[in-house]
Amino acid sequence: MTAFILRRLAQSVIVMLTVALVAFALFRFVGDPIASMVGQETTLAERAEIRAALGLDDPFLVQFWNFIARAVTGDFGISYRLQQPVMELILSRLPATLELALVSGILAFVFGVGFGVYTALRRGGWASSTIMTVSLIGVSLPTFLIGVLLIWVFAVELQWLPSFGRGETVYVGDWWRTGLLTESGRASLILPAITLGLYQMTLIMRLVRAEMLEVLRTDYIKFARARGLSNRAVNFGHALKNTLVPVITITGLQMGSIIAFSIITETVFQWPGVGALFINSVRFVDVPVMAAYLMLIALVFVVINLIVDLLYYAVDPRLRVDRANARH
Amino acid sequence: MATPLLSVRDLIVEFPTRRGTLRALDRVSFDIAEGEVLGMVGESGAGKSLTGAAIIGLLEPPGRIASGEIWLRGERIDNLPREKMRRIRGRRIGMVFQDPLTSLNPLYTVAEQLIETIRTHMDVSEKEARKRAVALLDRVGIPAAARRIDDYPHHFSGGMRQRVVIALALAAEPELVIADEPTTALDVSVQAQIIDVLKEICAERGASVLLITHDMGVIAETADRVAVLYAGRLAEIGPVRDVIQNAEHPYTAGLMGSIPTLTQTAERLTQIPGAMPRLNAIPQGCAFNPRCPKVFDRCYRDQPNLIARADGRQVSCWLYDAQVKEVSHG
Repeated sequence: MTAFILRRLAQSVIVMLTVALVAFALFRFVGDPIASMVGQETTLAERAEIRAALGLDDPFLVQFWNFIARAVTGDFGISYRLQQPVMELILSRLPATLELALVSGILAFVFGVGFGVYTALRRGGWASSTIMTVSLIGVSLPTFLIGVLLIWVFAVELQWLPSFGRGETVYVGDWWRTGLLTESGRASLILPAITLGLYQMTLIMRLVRAEMLEVLRTDYIKFARARGLSNRAVNFGHALKNTLVPVITITGLQMGSIIAFSIITETVFQWPGVGALFINSVRFVDVPVMAAYLMLIALVFVVINLIVDLLYYAVDPRLRVDRANARH
Repeated sequence: MATPLLSVRDLIVEFPTRRGTLRALDRVSFDIAEGEVLGMVGESGAGKSLTGAAIIGLLEPPGRIASGEIWLRGERIDNLPREKMRRIRGRRIGMVFQDPLTSLNPLYTVAEQLIETIRTHMDVSEKEARKRAVALLDRVGIPAAARRIDDYPHHFSGGMRQRVVIALALAAEPELVIADEPTTALDVSVQAQIIDVLKEICAERGASVLLITHDMGVIAETADRVAVLYAGRLAEIGPVRDVIQNAEHPYTAGLMGSIPTLTQTAERLTQIPGAMPRLNAIPQGCAFNPRCPKVFDRCYRDQPNLIARADGRQVSCWLYDAQVKEVSHG
């Protein structure tokens, strides 16, 4: 078990280094950061001075090495645009993104599994057919369009919910600003969370439905019925647990994409998270922020993958290889 | 004779499809007495497993019992509400499936599955259920049962898993056990052991068995009587020894002729020409008429019913109809 985690950690480090290299190499081509930092009257000599001060005329490998060495200590440099430490910038924006991602992830999982199980068990019923049809919309409509539609209906026409921003926020601890504890914060969260989670929900729902139908056809479910177990025990005790094994992986990976693709939702709803920060940074060729953001997303994926593997291990006894080998 | 434990009367199972209704079982009737082992043989697709599924109430939709009756110890069970039928499954009728590798839920330990089954049907504490479970595993021949009970199914070999399946099927002490090809998926070397375990335990508890198989050897050693199924219809039913040694239905005779024996030396085993008809192409009259060596005009016209013979044998063949004999004598 420990060996397994250590091996995975070593792999994670390699993944992170690769992402850093790719990101770093790519950003050399997005444009000249100096151009957006200075005014039109700046002389060439002054520009060269700034370039040298930022270390931008060092060879590529030197720049990369400096970047990695500092990144390990949590130092991603100073934002070219905002003249603030990148780490501080990201940390101040991260809670907003994480809260949004977490809430939409939970919504997607709970409703996805719920609807998936329902449509699998009540195959052919009118409610199931309705859910399946509506879910097609969730799969096929682009996120920004869903966001705009929701704003139009619930913020503009009905005026039930705010159309942008995070509402009031309060500090929990030193740096975590949460919107979950205030009423306006919670109200502001609803539309973006639905927008971000809808696609994932329909995906999970369709996956759960397909898996559940598959599992319901297996011999062990027939045998469970033949043993006289109640429908409840068969459907939820036996079938659902087996269904969830593959669903866990997909949901975990989706959690990563929720955080990564929150960019669009954050832009539509003016949500002050890291996604919006990234979009603005791209416009100003703010390389340190972009690099730090990509590293953060890579880290999120790596950590989630690790958690998914551990969950797998907890759910499926067949993967507990060590013990089985000891037996034979 | 006392009321039989199980009585199946004119059972018809149909599958409605877009191109018309397929009749998978056609007026199947048989009894199983208390403590009796009834073997059921037939080719793949003859309707053996379907008979088992119909009895235990687990026909897969769209399959359904179109008519006929099933009685368990004088109580009609084919038209029970779903919840009542569920209480009969496991408690009064147990079932063993073909493939032990897929019959057990891989995510639960053997103990969890056994205790769940026992506590579904019996009002006992967790601890008591566990004690019973260990005793059961011990009885079906799992070594070190008390320790191994907390293992997962994948820790057991195929033969051991089938023993676990038998323990599960018998956990609530059912009166009837339906064993649907219990040894087909197993190594030849463990087949005999599994059959022995099943037979012994059922005998010791007085449970009757419906043993579905296409292995005549298993039937010969295990069953008291045998029912031969062909294209969803019963061809012949009678005591094992009689049917094997002196088959009356031409199909049974052909089936027996195709089994190699140690005593006879033959160049070639006899085989029945042709194949069993598909459900949508069962000929009029007797279903066996295209392949029957003794076929005559009436076989193409009328569908034969089971005709009672001496010694409790029954056969559905016009050769044994009294009227025909008179005609042929005259």
